[in-house]
Amino acid sequence: MTAARTHGDPTAVDATSLLELLEAGDVSAEEVVSAHLSRIADLDDDVHAFVTVLDEQAMDHARDIDRRRAAGEVVGPLAGVPIALKDVLCTKSVTTTCGSRMLADHRPPYDATVVSRLRDADAVVIGKANMDEFAMGSSTENSAFGVTRNPWDLTRVPGGSSGGSAAAVAAHFAPLGIGTDTGGSIRQPAALCGVVGMKPTYGRVSRYGLIAFASSLDQVGPFARSVTDAARLYTAVAGHDPRDSTSIPEDVPDGMASLERGVEGLRVGVIADALGDGVEPGVVARVREAAQLLGKLGAEVVDVSLPHARYGIAAYYLIAPSEASSNLARYDGVRYGLRVDGDTTEAMMAGTRSAGFGPEVIRRIMIGTYALSAGYYDAYYVSAQRVRTLIIRDYDAAFEQCDVVLSPTSPSTAFEIGAKADDPLAMYLNDVFTVPASLAGVPALSLPAGLDDDGLPVGVQLAAPLLDEATLFRAARALEAELAFDPVPRRANAVHPPEGSATKA
Amino acid sequence: MSLSIDDVRHVANLARLALDDDELEQLRDELSRILGYAEQIGDVATADVPPTSHAYPLTNVWRDDEVRPSLDPAAAVATGPAIEDGRFRVPRIIGEDA
Repeated sequence: MTAARTHGDPTAVDATSLLELLEAGDVSAEEVVSAHLSRIADLDDDVHAFVTVLDEQAMDHARDIDRRRAAGEVVGPLAGVPIALKDVLCTKSVTTTCGSRMLADHRPPYDATVVSRLRDADAVVIGKANMDEFAMGSSTENSAFGVTRNPWDLTRVPGGSSGGSAAAVAAHFAPLGIGTDTGGSIRQPAALCGVVGMKPTYGRVSRYGLIAFASSLDQVGPFARSVTDAARLYTAVAGHDPRDSTSIPEDVPDGMASLERGVEGLRVGVIADALGDGVEPGVVARVREAAQLLGKLGAEVVDVSLPHARYGIAAYYLIAPSEASSNLARYDGVRYGLRVDGDTTEAMMAGTRSAGFGPEVIRRIMIGTYALSAGYYDAYYVSAQRVRTLIIRDYDAAFEQCDVVLSPTSPSTAFEIGAKADDPLAMYLNDVFTVPASLAGVPALSLPAGLDDDGLPVGVQLAAPLLDEATLFRAARALEAELAFDPVPRRANAVHPPEGSATKA
Repeated sequence: MSLSIDDVRHVANLARLALDDDELEQLRDELSRILGYAEQIGDVATADVPPTSHAYPLTNVWRDDEVRPSLDPAAAVATGPAIEDGRFRVPRIIGEDA
């Protein structure tokens, strides 16, 4: 009995459907993993979603799951489902590059907590996904290992920094992906690749074993092709970890339980300021349509305002580089990865860092070092932290009026590779709608809401109060069912999904 | 907002980055533009607004002071580019004349 005969191609369906087939014995984990590895082998030369494909390790894990299931042993809640893991999370003895020459051969001596939890859940890590170097970027053009291409149009970027994970899920290389989000690095690539991506509340998912970019903002979260799958993956990795001192010591409510409850009576706040100048008309149209649909489903739709959100980019591009300049001081040619020899320790360190870091990482270290340096600390870093307080107050006020806020995820759909590569400030402005939730720490999710006139996917963003991921998933699920987003690209230069890929409903 | 080339060279030295003149000049231009954009926070970041360092309020995370398993020392240093006798090897730090 093979999957191909009884149920079509296992790469066509989402994780929830795969789990049903696996539990029923209609398909084996080995067949599921093997089918995804074959698709990667056929198509990843075009997409370049992965830095490392873990063929052998994934097949061994799949066979072990099949053996345990056959023996009547307990298997995890994601048993046999392939997952693409952003190469920023440490995997014991498996190369973890962070998209950088600095760590090209880095093999961590331990697993990140997220990786341990995925293994406990029996999700099968199928590869380490490409990313902007040290998670700094919005296009995955900053990887030392080459750009990732958008499966909807291979001449366009997948977004970033988790572009490899987003592209892997969009290209059906895996139904699930793990990314990290500091200022939008899950939500923006999810929007540009037409998949679901979610940033949990800051501290919900452990940062232990996550290579640090900006410690007060970094958060791990799921990618999937359905809201239900994203909630399932979030549930598997979220929860307190004593090894991360900023991990939230609260139980995680079961996000799956309320998923189908609908939005009747829920108050949805539309951020009216976010539908003005600088946002592509195709994006504005999809956000307005999403608001209408939520209203039709029984939600109360109101206008809300985040008056200080317009200062978000300025504050973020001081806070994140400042924290990065401190975090990345550890790459000194002594403890990790690359070393360029020099006559003195200082020359060795400077030579190593200049050779190991790419231009965007150097730019951010320079901004951060400047902002933290004597005489500028109060004017830049502390002032940015004051703006952070103002943005938190804006969300507090908005959440008096509504339960979730709705906005675009990104002001544009996927842009051409190279279009913004030479203009750092233009690239930073991609994050205008994602950065405020990062600064406030609140959970936010990007949902594919349809296409623009060019046939490129548009993401809408929902955000909820701290710790209220359950409401976020519930609102997103209701909207997803009403939108019935068609995931089959019509453009030339697209990677077509496998036969039988279902429209979500 | 305009940085001088000496400002940029000073910051590069603080960050332990060895950059050539072209790189310094490009960074001077980019940093001037980015920091110039960032200065708009001065419009609203007044002294009566307290700064926030972490969005989720957690203070004083305690744990019992007890011995727990940790990484083997050899494994912990094995990620370095030059290891000798279980330690990181670095170039001479103190000069011959010192």
